[in-house]
Amino acid sequence: MGQITLQQVTKNFGDVQVIPPLDLTIEDGEFTVFVGPSGCGKSTLLRLIAGLEDITSGTILIDGADATAISPAKRGLAMVFQSYALYPHMSVRKNIAFPMRMAGVDKAEQDRRIEQAATALNLTDYLDRRPGQLSGGQRQRVAIGRAIVREPAAFLFDEPLSNLDAALRVGMRLEISELHKRLKTTMIYVTHDQVEAMTMADKIVVLRAGNIEQVGSPLDLYRAPRNVFVAGFIGSPKMNLIEGPEAAKHDAHTIGVRPEHIDVVETDGQWQGRVGVAEHLGSDTFFHVHDTGLAEMLTVRVAGEVNLRHGDTIHLNPRADQIHRFDDKGLRIQ
Amino acid sequence: MARNVTNQRKLINTVLAWGIGLLIFFPILWTILTSFKSEATAIADPPVFLFFDWTLDNYRVVQERSDYMRFLWNSVIIAGGSTLLGIIVAVPAAWSMAFVPSARTKDILLWMLSTKMLPAVGVLYPIYLIFIKMGLLDSRVGLTVVLMLINLPIIIWMLYTYFREIPGEILEAARMDGASLKEEILYVLTPMAVPGIASTVLLNIILAWNEAFWTLNLTAAKAAPLTAFIASYSSPEGLFYAKLSAASTMAIAPILILGWFSQKQLVRGLTFGAVK
Repeated sequence: MGQITLQQVTKNFGDVQVIPPLDLTIEDGEFTVFVGPSGCGKSTLLRLIAGLEDITSGTILIDGADATAISPAKRGLAMVFQSYALYPHMSVRKNIAFPMRMAGVDKAEQDRRIEQAATALNLTDYLDRRPGQLSGGQRQRVAIGRAIVREPAAFLFDEPLSNLDAALRVGMRLEISELHKRLKTTMIYVTHDQVEAMTMADKIVVLRAGNIEQVGSPLDLYRAPRNVFVAGFIGSPKMNLIEGPEAAKHDAHTIGVRPEHIDVVETDGQWQGRVGVAEHLGSDTFFHVHDTGLAEMLTVRVAGEVNLRHGDTIHLNPRADQIHRFDDKGLRIQ
Repeated sequence: MARNVTNQRKLINTVLAWGIGLLIFFPILWTILTSFKSEATAIADPPVFLFFDWTLDNYRVVQERSDYMRFLWNSVIIAGGSTLLGIIVAVPAAWSMAFVPSARTKDILLWMLSTKMLPAVGVLYPIYLIFIKMGLLDSRVGLTVVLMLINLPIIIWMLYTYFREIPGEILEAARMDGASLKEEILYVLTPMAVPGIASTVLLNIILAWNEAFWTLNLTAAKAAPLTAFIASYSSPEGLFYAKLSAASTMAIAPILILGWFSQKQLVRGLTFGAVK
């Protein structure tokens, strides 16, 4: 079990309110990702749930029970830190055993769970090494192993992949997703990387300056961003946002079109401009289009190869049913 | 050319370092040499350096006149005891200042250090009175506590500097793993800080071993450590340089040996934070 509910939770650091009153429910077994630009309060929120920071006001419920005043040790949550935070003076085996030792799990059971976790995480050959002798990816696995053996109510991940190189990051992303499918335990995952959020989450919580901007499934957020901020933050490359007369044509203050929802045509496009940088990836081609008179630059994504070069004139047609409209407060117009 | 200049610099630095080192060591060397001279040679003018009749007489006389082992034992108990007590008090104190600092932490650290700027004699009278009232004069317990208090600011400062180098996330991980505060300090912080604690212990033993002001003023016979043993040979009635030197040599020998074997730890401890 691992349902986590935040009710009117706030956090002040001195006179600065970093989390204004916030309500959120994370369902049992859900993979929830907190995503937002740096300084948006996502890590603070995670630390409040963990109990590593005290909340200023409000209530945190874990499985319906008030956990606000309970110490982190007693909340039954496991955390994986960005720096891995392994105990450098202990072997891998002892690192993984530590939470069980603290909980007074008997030795035979400890060994059984260590064995199981080590097999699942490919750590069997490294159990007697110290963390200092492991690579970044292995350290990350040890940190996850240490979290798993506790059999926690929920896992908390604080930007766990940001210290890994790109290739390893993709691999670990899959491993964590698979782990979630297997364990079906609640996971809360903090990241600033919207690709991680989109690929892993059941539910994404987009945060800005401590406020929840939108909560929803990855595709909800992609298809119907609630405001301009979410529209610009979710999706890669970023959504094109256009203001002025072109937006007024759609009775909106701002319109947004994703790069993949603009078609390149030979002639007589609704919009036209000049190709700046063209990124030919083979599978896709990205065009950075200037001098459209709409915005400083539009990004266009086309499947396959399109033979346009720097300086060429490009004709574009946005797909009418894929235009997002926002009012002057930045909110979505239905 | 550039390389030449560097080598020349290196040579100058080496010569300077040796020169300063020898200068600092000279009084100790002279004391050791004097301890092997007769009283007459010890005060000879001009002084004799190496070529004299080496004798162990002074050591024999000193041994006959006073019970070296008793003083040594007192020194060991007082220096070791005050260090152990200091560490037990300082580890939690340094933990709280390093990991849960408040707005006043810096002030408290400075205030603690400022007590070391006070001349010890300024508090001799009140402490002496307290000792009389509590019947602690000439007791090892009393002296152990006083020396612990005297050196506590330095112990806390050193441990604080060490603890600051330990990433807080590791302690938070321990908290998440279900460790109580006691377990967190005992199983995670302390083992990680072992090198720092070791050099703090060493430095503190040396400071406590050599402490003379309080040991001389608060002891008479029973609890007197080696500092008092030395002092008993500097008498106003006559010149006993050779015997005084023998006593001094015997008093500093244990700590000198300890220092020699642990110099790596000591240097690391003293430069920690400055040179990482």
